Amino acid sequence: MENRSSINNIRTLFPALNQRVNGKKLVYLDNGATSQKPLSVIELVNEMNSGVNGNIHRAVHELSAKTTSLYEGARDKVKNFINASQREEIIFTAGTTASINLVASSFSQKYLNPGDAVLVSEGEHHSNIVPWQMACDRTGATLRVLPLDDNGCWRLDLLDTLLDSSVKIVSVAHVSNILGVINPIEKVIERAHSLNIPVLIDGAQGIVHSRVDVQKLDCEFYAFSGHKMYGPTGTGVLFGKYHWLEKLPPYLGGGDMIESVSFEKTTYTQPPLKFEAGTPNFIGMAALGAAIDFILQIDTELASKNEKEIVEYVLKEFSAIEGLTLYGQHSQNKIPLFSFTVKGAHPTDLAMLMDKMGVALRSGQMCSEPVMDRFGTESMLRASFAVYNTLEEAKIFILSLKRAIKMLT
Amino acid sequence: MTIKEVEQEIVEEFAIFEDWMDKYEYLIELGKNVPVISDGAKLESNLIKGCQSRVWLDAEFKDGKIFFKADSDAIITKGIISLLIRVFSGRRPKEILEANLDFIKQIGLQENLSPTRANGLLSMIKQIKAYSLAYAAKEESSK
Repeated sequence: MENRSSINNIRTLFPALNQRVNGKKLVYLDNGATSQKPLSVIELVNEMNSGVNGNIHRAVHELSAKTTSLYEGARDKVKNFINASQREEIIFTAGTTASINLVASSFSQKYLNPGDAVLVSEGEHHSNIVPWQMACDRTGATLRVLPLDDNGCWRLDLLDTLLDSSVKIVSVAHVSNILGVINPIEKVIERAHSLNIPVLIDGAQGIVHSRVDVQKLDCEFYAFSGHKMYGPTGTGVLFGKYHWLEKLPPYLGGGDMIESVSFEKTTYTQPPLKFEAGTPNFIGMAALGAAIDFILQIDTELASKNEKEIVEYVLKEFSAIEGLTLYGQHSQNKIPLFSFTVKGAHPTDLAMLMDKMGVALRSGQMCSEPVMDRFGTESMLRASFAVYNTLEEAKIFILSLKRAIKMLT
Repeated sequence: MTIKEVEQEIVEEFAIFEDWMDKYEYLIELGKNVPVISDGAKLESNLIKGCQSRVWLDAEFKDGKIFFKADSDAIITKGIISLLIRVFSGRRPKEILEANLDFIKQIGLQENLSPTRANGLLSMIKQIKAYSLAYAAKEESSK
């Protein structure tokens, strides 16, 4: 009971959760796609748009000073949040996709040549495949793929044969957006480092469900989005080890990233601003700072207890539903995210019917066609839970799923 | 019957359903009765690929009229397809080109034809119109 009332306290901070959809109480289970926002984030965005608005880093007036300090304050918050060793290692971007594109573009310009390779896994989101394919196309390098086993886990037994000196960078997900599996990134980082290969971690899902310590992980780059971690859309972070950020050429050219400009020669400023050309989303980034404050206030013991109850309940109910296949291992090494199919009922049909019952899920290929191919299906249905989801909502999810299956089969 | 009259007939059928549940149950029922394309004829060339579901569409031109067959891997999509086929199949190209499909909105299924749904239905209607345009041109040139 105590559990429930505390989660309900968290829910009161999220106005979007308190609405009806198709006449039914909203049960929002598409958090893997984007999370809802707490009042503190919403209010800061409003406050800044309503008055505290001046372009950062370029003026002496009061409004500019205020926004600059909120923007740079957010950088400190991110630095502490992921335990980076210095604030200059935090680059603000538009999201995980932008962060990965930045590295893929800048890194490949300098370090990828014909005959080189980039290693990704079979379980990646399109955002961690396509930028590397584009980089390979430009440079003549090739893409190597670490396969998944039937449980959705990396085939670590193949790692040594895939990793050799021709691999110039490894880019893999911390947590799969389809399978929810928490990948053994520590092992891959260690193996890559033994060959002096840098590693980028796609942390879009990983940053939300566990505390990330980039110094402990020792990865060269860690990319994530603000909008999945209760922050505003269009915000993202790229962590990079400082000596790497120094070595990489700039990505976009423009204001704020230069030291001096003339028509003969332009020199660039130091990281992080070297990678932040143009006016950034300073209101969004300031509000990402507020989202981090929110996350730090969560009672982690309570949250993990609630999460555990939900996972146990869903797994138990799933095992009793005939024809249901759950993808990704059913063990502890998983975030509360469930991708599944039901024999004889198309995921889109299920999602449409459940939407009418107020339950918001994701269906389709979920930006990971190779994962669909790996498991021999065209599409899946995904329920992904966040800190504000209750066991009661999990019950409504199961009830509506059973009702929808009954209608379709 | 004209296309307008068939559309009106469908609107009246759907009017008997009080809530969305009954409406979708009827669509699922309709989905089971679509003139389907045999698996062998489900070619890449007549596949309309959406992120959410796939639709196959085949057209045959006979005696100045176009006959459509279609299929989908999702049953509610298929139910809506059956309505579209009921309206369009066996019509002259000109009639099809003039139809504006108001009935979809009237029976409350408009959201299923939104581009964000990516279920292949919107592309299917475009494809039906494209066939009609092509056959209309063919008729014109053979006159």
